[in-house]
Amino acid sequence: MTATAPPALALLPPADDALVLSHRLGEWAGHAPVLEEEVALANIALDLLGQARALYAELRDELGSEDEIAYLREERAFRNCQLVEQPNEDFAHTIVRQLYFSAYQLPLHHRLASCVPVAAKAAQETAYHLDHAEQWTLRLGDGTEESHARMQRAADALWRYTGELFEPIEGLDIDWHGLRAEWSGTLTDVFGRAGLTVPDGPGTGAWSAGAGRQGLHTEPFGRMLAEMQHLHRSHPGASW
Amino acid sequence: MVTARPAPQDAPGTRPPASGPTRLPALRELAGSVPDPELPVITLAELGVLRSVSEPEPGRVEVELTPTYTGCPALETMAEDVERALTAAGVQRVTVRTVFSPPWSTDDISEEGRRKLAEHGVAPPRPGTGRDGPVPVRLSPARRADGLTEQIRCPHCRAAGTELLSRFSSTACTSLRRCLACREPFDHFKEV
Repeated sequence: MTATAPPALALLPPADDALVLSHRLGEWAGHAPVLEEEVALANIALDLLGQARALYAELRDELGSEDEIAYLREERAFRNCQLVEQPNEDFAHTIVRQLYFSAYQLPLHHRLASCVPVAAKAAQETAYHLDHAEQWTLRLGDGTEESHARMQRAADALWRYTGELFEPIEGLDIDWHGLRAEWSGTLTDVFGRAGLTVPDGPGTGAWSAGAGRQGLHTEPFGRMLAEMQHLHRSHPGASW
Repeated sequence: MVTARPAPQDAPGTRPPASGPTRLPALRELAGSVPDPELPVITLAELGVLRSVSEPEPGRVEVELTPTYTGCPALETMAEDVERALTAAGVQRVTVRTVFSPPWSTDDISEEGRRKLAEHGVAPPRPGTGRDGPVPVRLSPARRADGLTEQIRCPHCRAAGTELLSRFSSTACTSLRRCLACREPFDHFKEV
């Protein structure tokens, strides 16, 4: 511990990122292209869920129990970025989403490690997530014509959600420009080796810049939330 | 992952003394002897997840555990098992806390723990990784920056030639590999 801990509410956006992406990855269970990948995506989801829970625990005084935070908030109360709520689509979309997000989350964890205990732990896990996304990006980007085309399509489609990652989160006193530079460096390197083109443009949609962090989400998020929350809401207090 | 878990040690051979200088070490040993719920061949002490055992007031024992991975589903079971073992030994109140700092590393697994893992068919992690904190473990063969030179040996036939099948295996902390000599697949404890 070197730095002062950030205000608890500043941890809500990274916590929501982890929870929402965890749920999206969990949707692959039973559908992944091969068994090993099914297990890999579920394991990554589990890491993210653990990170979310550890961060939510810090928010108990402000927002209540982990279950209340995850299952009883409305869409507008979620502070995750729009990137993580995007649907899985094909495997290429999932991998590009993983690459964009892990390449952001790893340097974020490094920057938070001195003041948020779980961030140092999470960084070890995120290094594996980034590696997983990188290996698939190389394999598919530099694979067949079809896999290459799908990867490029996914890279272009998800690009508009990346600008938001670098909108400073209030209370997190970190070097956002440096974070963005590190993220861009990783992408340029991996895409270069995969034979993919880093999309250009501002990395934001016409109306979406910074929106997720302010509680404004894309249309698929409501459906995801309905599925994620319905069991808890239909059977309050249910347990295994 | 759902795994059959052995009954925790409900009836320890010797009860920790009610007071005196040997009480805390005895409690620590007892808590540390609880088997890991997912890899029951090794104990929590051998796995290196037992951080501390203290008695802030008479009759109330506080145990600190650290997870191998943040989402480790075994952590809650570990806490329950530790609580049960200490309660069975006469402790009135047990509080188990989760701590993240400093983060657990595979270097925290004891020599005995490594030996038991190998015996059980799980290739133990190679020593000397990531202890000093948030250094990214880049695993791409092209950019091996993790400084690991030791090979991962097959826990069955001890051959040095093995290949990675999947970075994630039956538990979050292991990867799936295959031996090029005997062709047996095996789990490898990933270095963190």
